[in-house]
Amino acid sequence: MQSNLIISAIVALVALAAGAVILPDWAMFLFAMALAKGLVCLGIVGMMRGGVVSFGQGLYYCLGAYTATLVANNFGISDIFLLTFLSALVCLLVGIAFGPLLSNYRGIFFAMLSLALSMVLYGSLSKMSFIGGTDGLNIAAPTFLGWAPEGRPLQAALYIYVVTISVIAGTLMRIYFDSERGLLTLATRDNELRVEYLGASVRNIMTYNYVFGAVLGGIGGTIAALALGHVDPEFAFWTTSGEFVFVAILAGYLSVPAVFVSAIILELVRSFSNLYFPNTWQLALGIFLLAVIIALPNGLGSLVRRWKGNKA
Amino acid sequence: MSTGVLEVRDVQKSFGAVTAAKDISVTVPEGAVYSLIGTNGAGKTTFVNMVTGYIKPDSGQINFRDRNIIGMAPRQITRMGIHRSFQIAQLCNELTVEENMLVADAIHGATGPSFLRNAHDKDARARAIATLERFNIAEHRDRLIPELSGGVKKLLDIAMAMAGDTQIMLLDEPTSGVAADEKFPIMDLVMDALRSAGVTVIFVEHDMDIVTRYSERVLAFYDGRIIADDAPDEVLSDSEVQRYVTGAPA
Ligand SMILES: Nc1ncnc2c1ncn2[C@@H]1O[C@H](COP(=O)(O)OP(=O)(O)OP(=O)(O)O)[C@@H](O)[C@H]1O
Ligand SMILES: [Mg+2]
Repeated sequence: MQSNLIISAIVALVALAAGAVILPDWAMFLFAMALAKGLVCLGIVGMMRGGVVSFGQGLYYCLGAYTATLVANNFGISDIFLLTFLSALVCLLVGIAFGPLLSNYRGIFFAMLSLALSMVLYGSLSKMSFIGGTDGLNIAAPTFLGWAPEGRPLQAALYIYVVTISVIAGTLMRIYFDSERGLLTLATRDNELRVEYLGASVRNIMTYNYVFGAVLGGIGGTIAALALGHVDPEFAFWTTSGEFVFVAILAGYLSVPAVFVSAIILELVRSFSNLYFPNTWQLALGIFLLAVIIALPNGLGSLVRRWKGNKA
Repeated sequence: MSTGVLEVRDVQKSFGAVTAAKDISVTVPEGAVYSLIGTNGAGKTTFVNMVTGYIKPDSGQINFRDRNIIGMAPRQITRMGIHRSFQIAQLCNELTVEENMLVADAIHGATGPSFLRNAHDKDARARAIATLERFNIAEHRDRLIPELSGGVKKLLDIAMAMAGDTQIMLLDEPTSGVAADEKFPIMDLVMDALRSAGVTVIFVEHDMDIVTRYSERVLAFYDGRIIADDAPDEVLSDSEVQRYVTGAPA
């Protein structure tokens, strides 16, 4: 089982990394952004397994992006590994601060409270003119352990970086989902009373899922900021969070690759429909999601499940 | 006075105008099998809920091995060894029978639930299936909960509650929702498992044949009070019990 997972991860890594050679610049950028957002969505999927959906994951996406930008601009740090680590650390701490509070809430209350926190960040950043206000800030291109590529090599390096992080994060989350704690998360969604009466803390289970989501959100935000070269408060705006939820619902909670595939689908649909019917692309997206929900209530991931089931 | 493994003293509980527990005092010795009888709404489940931390009494004391457990959360009380089953089986409907058992196993494993160890690990599955076999429900291992009969659900509920180090087991109506011809086989299975583990048992039951057959002492509840506390024959022949609980001479 575990060795299958490692092999799949390596295959995915090699296949995706090949994109650095094959893909045109625009597609490489699109994939990099999609995978960065996919990381954020993976965190939401982790919470969905426990029965809650965060409508404010933009909080950590934005927090990660701003942390990287402020550190880069104020301390002259440009190393992508260090920036990612610091953003993840900040989001970890903020996640640990809010997690125990949010883990008391379920359903719409959890969704709205997480949304409220993200909108507080959005509002505050918009008012802070010393860090750019609504215009946001620029961030210089990252370096990779001292290597400072430019042009196509920079794009390719960034792309391979996000591919690697996505594969590692995806593999770790798969291991977690399949673990004893992962099973407890599913049990919690199903019957909290039973879980408590077996002697486990439901609150603790929910807090961990929230904190993992925070860290993934921060990493995704950092990479998105570096890919765009710019951050602004929109990173925390509710429409951004809404997109993450869209992807998570499209993917469902059964399959990790489905999360990244869904993120890529969203980016593709968005850029193409923006091109061909700029005013109605949200409508196209809405109809697409509706179709998926009706045809596959457990998301695209259930296709994988079905396929595996047929094989067995 | 000898102290029991469970000591309940002068416990009171009201829900608004309803008094669900009034001057409840019970001493349960180690290894004993007690049953609780009483009409609907007499306060039996409330007793179970108070001992397991789901409901906090308004006043009184509940001691487990001389330690006051009032105010502790259900999971803390569970961790101390007081386990329970439910009047309506509490299971995870989207999981299979085996996975339900794996949940219980993961929580009570030697190291606590792991972030890395696969929940369907070979050893864990073997343990889960062994427990299911002990309760005679291993054949249903791959089925989802809504497909199960009432008896299988009850057995799984109790099997899960048995995971870990069970010192006291409170069974809330283990045979309710179970077909009549399954009641005795189920009680035989459950009581054998509990006795061989040396567990102290308190079970709620409406069927007097089961009460007399399996319990050594009966507590009769009426209107939140205990109106009799004695051996089954004594309690069932008590005139007050006949009038308020069993409804007819035993
Ligand atoms: N959480 C609660 N809130 C309000 N009232 C409650 C609550 N729990 C129990 N009661 C009331 O307390 C009384 C005792 O209820 P309890 O559930 O203990 O009865 P019981 O003996 O288990 O009955 P049954 O045989 O129907 O299960 C009832 O009048 C019930 O309505
Ligand atoms: Mg009851």
